[in-house]
Amino acid sequence: MHATTGYTRTAIGLHWLVAVAIVGIFSLGLYMHELPLSPDKLKLYSWHKWAGVSIFLLVLLRIVWRLSHRPPAPPAGMPAWQRQAAEGVHLLLYALMLAVPISGWLMSSAKGVPTVWFGVLPLPDLLEKNKELGDLLAAVHKTLNLGMAGLVLVHAGAALKHHLIDRDEVLVRMLPLLKNP
Amino acid sequence: MRFGQHIALLAAALAVMPAAHAIEFSQLQPAKSAVSFVYKQMNVPVEGSFKRFKGELSFDPAKPEAARTMIEIELAGVDTGFAEGNDEVQGRLWFDTKNHPVARFVSTSVRPLGGNRYEVAGRMSIKGRTLEVKTPATFRQAGNSGIFEGAFVLRRADYGIGEGMWADFGTVANEVQIRFRMTAGAAAGKM
Repeated sequence: MHATTGYTRTAIGLHWLVAVAIVGIFSLGLYMHELPLSPDKLKLYSWHKWAGVSIFLLVLLRIVWRLSHRPPAPPAGMPAWQRQAAEGVHLLLYALMLAVPISGWLMSSAKGVPTVWFGVLPLPDLLEKNKELGDLLAAVHKTLNLGMAGLVLVHAGAALKHHLIDRDEVLVRMLPLLKNP
Repeated sequence: MRFGQHIALLAAALAVMPAAHAIEFSQLQPAKSAVSFVYKQMNVPVEGSFKRFKGELSFDPAKPEAARTMIEIELAGVDTGFAEGNDEVQGRLWFDTKNHPVARFVSTSVRPLGGNRYEVAGRMSIKGRTLEVKTPATFRQAGNSGIFEGAFVLRRADYGIGEGMWADFGTVANEVQIRFRMTAGAAAGKM
């Protein structure tokens, strides 16, 4: 593999770590929301917030890595519109990976339950307690999440299309396990 | 402001002070008073309050030992900081408001601690249990009103608040800080 055509190990590791974490925290969010109030529910909510802060920091690391390490170019012969679409979806995914945890943090703050990372480090409480604002931010958090879920499906679907239909290296270079020996 | 006016104001203030000390504050004003609390869930401090309470209070700054108070809190008016919690704490495991609708504090003694600080001791009754409690309180006068403020720690398990699955302090801590501000107006004709 040429250095210019592949992702760094760090980029691959961060991509999958964040991907698995996002699927997990998204599922946890859907599940915990429907639970009746119990100590377990309060625990899950706290864990969800701790995970959210942690993923946010990992995403910052990813962005720093991405800006300092040029990713491989798209395969030659890929239509311009697909190139632009891929770039747009990647950009939106990065934006949502930041916006989703920020909206959750602000929602918590407005709902009067501050976020204390791992029960130790309190995050600044940016908003005054305000029921209307809290409900609004809950709707924002939900909408951003659903939007991100849709984009993740587009992203994964496009990767599969590259692999199965175009039969190019796009998926393999991010998932070296698939490479034929 | 000129020097002469300062003197005049000072003289006026001195003339008023003895009279102010003779006021007895005995009209508790719930609208200008507040009882709130801070509890920790998963080590996160969350604020709540009791929206409905009433009571009696009598306090003469010249005779603090004779002061008395009785506060009754209607527990159905609790705001735990989140809607789901408000329904939950009405239940049997928490306040059991159906059988114990009211929390009551009746003072037994008021001890001056120097300056504007006092120690108020009394009996706290919640959910059928009565325990001796003590709280520091400060007093200040604002116009025709006397304002008492203070805070103390209540251990919820002492009263069986949060039983069963909630008895573990890992999610909701045992210690709950209770904060109060009681405003009482001066009694008519006591000047």
